Amino acid sequence: MFRKILIANRGEIAVRILRGCREMGVRAATVYSEADRAALHVRLADETYAIGPAPSRESYLSIEKIVATARAAGADAIHPGYGFLAENAAFARACGEAGITFIGPSPEAMEKLGSKTAARHVAREVGVPTVAGTLDPLEDAAAALAAAKKIGFPVVLKAVAGGGGKGMRLVENERETAAAWRDATSEAQNAFGDGRLYIEKYLLRPRHIEIQILGDHHGRVVYLGERECSVQRRYQKVIEEAPSPVMTPELRRAMGEAAVKVARAGKYANAGTVEFLVDAERKFYFLEMNTRLQVEHPVTEMVTGLDLVKLQIRVAAGEPLALTQEDIELRGHAIECRIYAEDPDNNFFPSPGKILQRRIPTGPGIRIDDGVYAGWTVPNEYDPLLSKLIAWGSDRAEAIVRLERALGEHYATGIKTNVGLFRRILAAPDFRNAGIYTRWLDDFLHQPVKHATAATADGAEEAAFLAAALWHLAEDGRATGGALRPHSARSRWKLEGRRKQLDRVPDRQ
Amino acid sequence: MTLTIEIGGKAHTVEIRSQAAHTNGRVAWVVNGRAIDADAVEVSPGIYSILIGGNSFEARVERDPGGLRITIAGREYQARIRDPRVWRRNRGSAAEAEGQQSVVAPMPGKVIRVLVKAGDEVEAGKGVCVVEAMKMQNEVRSPKSGKVERLLVSEGQTVGAGEVLAIVS
Repeated sequence: MFRKILIANRGEIAVRILRGCREMGVRAATVYSEADRAALHVRLADETYAIGPAPSRESYLSIEKIVATARAAGADAIHPGYGFLAENAAFARACGEAGITFIGPSPEAMEKLGSKTAARHVAREVGVPTVAGTLDPLEDAAAALAAAKKIGFPVVLKAVAGGGGKGMRLVENERETAAAWRDATSEAQNAFGDGRLYIEKYLLRPRHIEIQILGDHHGRVVYLGERECSVQRRYQKVIEEAPSPVMTPELRRAMGEAAVKVARAGKYANAGTVEFLVDAERKFYFLEMNTRLQVEHPVTEMVTGLDLVKLQIRVAAGEPLALTQEDIELRGHAIECRIYAEDPDNNFFPSPGKILQRRIPTGPGIRIDDGVYAGWTVPNEYDPLLSKLIAWGSDRAEAIVRLERALGEHYATGIKTNVGLFRRILAAPDFRNAGIYTRWLDDFLHQPVKHATAATADGAEEAAFLAAALWHLAEDGRATGGALRPHSARSRWKLEGRRKQLDRVPDRQ
Repeated sequence: MTLTIEIGGKAHTVEIRSQAAHTNGRVAWVVNGRAIDADAVEVSPGIYSILIGGNSFEARVERDPGGLRITIAGREYQARIRDPRVWRRNRGSAAEAEGQQSVVAPMPGKVIRVLVKAGDEVEAGKGVCVVEAMKMQNEVRSPKSGKVERLLVSEGQTVGAGEVLAIVS
C-alpha cells in the first residue's frame, strides 16, 4: 500500500479523496493555487503545497509542477480526481516516468477508451451499439456541416476531450452550425486544451444511464449497477440517481455486460463509467467512457455499500478485487443534487463570492460531500460546484422526501445557489413519475415558474414583514452607528423623529 | 415607529411598538392595524427565528437588487422597505433609463468575444458579448432592439458584476 498520496485536484473531490486516504492510514498531500490558500482541501490536508497562480493552466493543469511537487513531497501515488488532468494520458505517462503510480487507468487504456472517437471504434469492434455520427474528429465547421447533412439534423457537436458538458452544442439546423462550431471549439480549447470536435445524431428524448465499472490489474472487471443522470441543464448533470427508475434486471445485465466488454477491450484497471443513451424502447447506445471517478459516484456508493475511492487506491496498488459480480447487491435508492454557486434567477450565471453563513443538512440518510465552508470566498476561476447533497432511502419515494427535507434545512448566504431549482424539480410530477429525458430540464425551465399558491403556515407572511423590519432597523443602526461616519454620534431619538416626519410624506406611487 | 413594507407589490404598514425593537426578543407590533405578539431572535446575522402564535419560522434576509429577499421555508418574498428619501432618488434614475438600456455583466469574468460593433442594429435577445466565468462561456444578450450606442469593453478585458458592457438605444 502507498504511504503518501498526492491529490492533484481541489474542491469537494479533493476533500473526498483525502477522506479515503485518511481512512486507509495513507498520508494525504494536496496542492493549491494562489486562489485556494484557505480552501477546505488545504485546511484538512496532512501536507499541502503551493503550485502557482489562480488560472488552472498555471496550477492545477500544470503536469510539470504537479509531478515535481509529488516527487519533492515523496508521494508514491497521485490521485487526479475528476476534471483537470484526470483524463490526460500525458499526465499519466509523466507520473509513470517519475516513478509515481497514477491512480487511474494506464495511459494506453485512457487513449483507447477516454477519447470519445477512439472509444466509439472500440464499442463497434466489440459489438456494443453506438449512436450514428462521425468516428473521427472533424476538421472544421464545413466538415461538420457536411457530416450533419449526411446523418440529418438535429446533431450534437462534442469535444473529443470533453466532459462535464463543456465544448458541447446542439445544432438544430444548417444555419446554427457555424456559430455552434465556433462556441464549442473555443470552449473545448479553453477547458481541455484540445479544441477538436466530432458529431453525433441527436436522439429524441433519450435517457442518460451510465454503468459504473471497476477493473483490477488481474483481469477482473465488475459492474456496480447504473446511475440515471437524465436531469441535465445544457448537458451538465444536475441530479443523479441510482438505480435508474426504468431499469429492469435484464436490461441491467445487458448494459453491465456491454460496459464490461468495452472496459476489457481496453485492458481497463480502475473505476470507470460507461455512458449510454437509452431510448423509449429501452434500446441502449454507447455514448462514451469516462476513465476516472465521476462526480456522481456517491449514489453508487450509497446503494452498493462500497467505497469507490478506496477501491481505486487498492486497485492502483496492485491488489486484486476482493469482490465478484455475484457479491454486488443494490440496496435502496440514492439521489444526488449538485449544489452550485449560481443564480437560477439570472440564467444560472455563476455567483462567486464569500459565503457568509451556511447550514448543512444532516440526519437520517443524508450525506454531504463538501468542498467549502462559511467564510470561504468561492473563487471566480473554477467550476462553481460547492458540495453534493446525497439522500438515501429504502426506495425512490423515501429518497425524494429525504432530499426535500434536507434541502429545506440547507442554506448558504452571501452567494446565490441553485438549491431552489432542486426543490422545483423534486416537486415536478414528471420527476416524481420518472418521466425524465436528457432535455427534460431545459424544457421544464422554459415553462413559467408556478409560484406555490398552496397555503403556507399561518403567520409566514407576517414573519417576513417582521424579519424585513428588524433587518432594516439593524441595518440602519449599522449605517448610522459606524465609527467611520462623521455623524455617527447622531442621536437615535433624533433619527426616529426625522423618520416619523418623512413617513408623513404622502404616497405618490 | 411605522414602516411601510411592500411585498408582492402590495404595501403593508408595520408598526413596531416595543422599545427593544432594535435588539432581540419579544416585539409588540401591529401589521395593517392588527396587533400581533411575536418573539424574534436574530440567531445569526441576517437570520431570524420568529415565533408567532406557536408557529416557528426561520427567516433569512438578504439584500437584493430589488430591495430585500426574505426566505421562509423555501419560499421567497421580495420586499421593499419604503423610505421616501430613497424613493425619490430611484424615481430620477428610472426616468433617465428610458429609451436607453445598458447591457451589464451578470457576473465577474472575462470578455472573451465581442459580437457587435458600435453602431450595429441589434434585436432584443441577440448576443452582445461572451463572458467567461468559472470556465463557462455565457452569452450576454441585448435587453431591447435598437442601435449599439456605445461599446465599453474589448476582448480579453476583465469585468466586474454589474459593469456596463454596452449601451443600446
